[in-house]
Amino acid sequence: MVDLAAPASPKPKSTLRRLMERRLALFGFALILLVVGAAVFAPFIAPYAPEEQLFDGLTLEGAPLPPDARFIMGTDLLGRDLFSRMLYGAQTSLIIGVVANGLALLIGTLVGITAGFFRGWVGAALMRFTDLMMAFPALLLAICLAAIFKPSLWIVAMVIALVNWVQTARVIYTETTSLATRDFIAAERTLGAGTGRILFRHILPHLVPTIIVWGTLGISTTVLLEATLSFLGVGVQPPTPSWGNIIFENQTYFQAAPWLVFIPGAAIILLALAFNLVGDALRDVMDPTQRGRD
Amino acid sequence: MVYILRRLIQSALILLGVSFITFVLLYVLPADPVRQIAGRAATAETVENIRQQLGLDQPLFVQYGRYLAALAQGDLGRSYLQKTEVAELILSRLPATLQLMAAGIFAELVLGLSMGIAAALMRGRIGDQLLMMTSFVTVSAPQFVVSLLLLYVFAVKLGWFPIGGYGTLAHLVLPAITLGILGSGWYSRMMRSSMIEVLRADYIRTARAKGLGRARVVFRHALPNAILPVIAMIGIDIGIFMGGIVVVESVFGWPGIGQLAWQAIQRVDIPIIMGVTLVSAFAIVLGNLLADLVAPLIDPRIRLR
Repeated sequence: MVDLAAPASPKPKSTLRRLMERRLALFGFALILLVVGAAVFAPFIAPYAPEEQLFDGLTLEGAPLPPDARFIMGTDLLGRDLFSRMLYGAQTSLIIGVVANGLALLIGTLVGITAGFFRGWVGAALMRFTDLMMAFPALLLAICLAAIFKPSLWIVAMVIALVNWVQTARVIYTETTSLATRDFIAAERTLGAGTGRILFRHILPHLVPTIIVWGTLGISTTVLLEATLSFLGVGVQPPTPSWGNIIFENQTYFQAAPWLVFIPGAAIILLALAFNLVGDALRDVMDPTQRGRD
Repeated sequence: MVYILRRLIQSALILLGVSFITFVLLYVLPADPVRQIAGRAATAETVENIRQQLGLDQPLFVQYGRYLAALAQGDLGRSYLQKTEVAELILSRLPATLQLMAAGIFAELVLGLSMGIAAALMRGRIGDQLLMMTSFVTVSAPQFVVSLLLLYVFAVKLGWFPIGGYGTLAHLVLPAITLGILGSGWYSRMMRSSMIEVLRADYIRTARAKGLGRARVVFRHALPNAILPVIAMIGIDIGIFMGGIVVVESVFGWPGIGQLAWQAIQRVDIPIIMGVTLVSAFAIVLGNLLADLVAPLIDPRIRLR
């Protein structure tokens, strides 16, 4: 049979392809690659050890050095090379971003699916608990938790995960409830599919786009939260460098040495922005209901 | 009516849950709250005395009951170090915070709404893209960086505003803008899509067809309708504000509850941190409740369920 009038519809583009067409997303993606590169290759790129207090890292009066040819980002209050600290700080940000956000995503997805699929008192209890968590300002709750436990890199990651799973749980819950009442799930069930099969073969795959989008946007939230906690002194503890605690350590001197605050500040903004841009583009590209909207 | 009653009960239950969580954080999780109160040099006898005084030798549910009874009377416990009532400390600092929040919400609305309206009117053009890009940057910028940046440019370099502190209107400007900038990004996006939707409506085309000027159509006909769903968000916003207050007040030296919390963080004075958290949670629950109750009043399309 010959296909007549229908003009050859353009081959549907792959998700990746459509993502690549968005300039902002590409910009975000490039930034992320840059930071990942900096973190991975930090030991090879860094001209000095991040904790080394350099003999000639301060002026004779003991002030930090502004950026020049030797210290391209200047030195900090203790005479350490800021560029090296920034590179290792990237490791901290990314480790926390990935670990904390991964954990939060896992908790959120489990809570959301369970509550959305099984309903009943388990679902009700889980969602009431989620509502309860939403009544706390995330930052304050994280501060409380971090103040109670002695903060280390992993504790900070855990604290952030504990306050950040809530949004994901809400979104996944809403999606799961609407999926669970669809006809194809009912059809599966009449065909005799077990709960496990329905959950893992039919519900979960439908949730993957949402999980990816929220996972990406969540990294941005996580990076900001880690930076803020570290800035307040209850996050990652010096001498381990983090972009937030670099600012915390040097803020008293920021009028005389603004680079010590604004270089790490710009890095935090750019990294958070990058994940926001990519996440937003992913949402547009992966969610068919959003397609064609501006 | 039934709806209002149900929402009230719901809010009360959430607050009960909140109090349970703060209780756990305050008395159950810390390794040894008594040691914290007594100080390092305390003898075993003093420690035991304080333990009994606080009722920490009793079963947990009894402790929780006592904690709850105290809370109901507005007793938030005592600061570990200052030996003053947490409730008193918070109350004395609340006015400054409320001032800052009001100014912050004002800044947020002015920035966010005007950006959103401008973007909607320039839809698809370069100005729109720039504004939406800006909104991304504002939601990606941590408040401590924004506040230090504003301080550096407008206080240190230009000298337009004081470097920090409290008192005059000039002291209020920079912290209020810092607080407002974060939320303005969200508001501008909401305002933009709401405005675009309204501008597509038939009655707008009618107004244009009548020969009304563009400015009049936009501001008299479109804006009042487009702004409604956005205004309804203010109540929900309070949560974001309560978090930001700690950072902004500590950087600007604003003597509110945020600064109180920050000082408490430095000294690991957990009752104060918990007190501020509890007050914030209360504000958030109240804000959500108000948002839900007020929304149908200003927007008749929303019906009470």
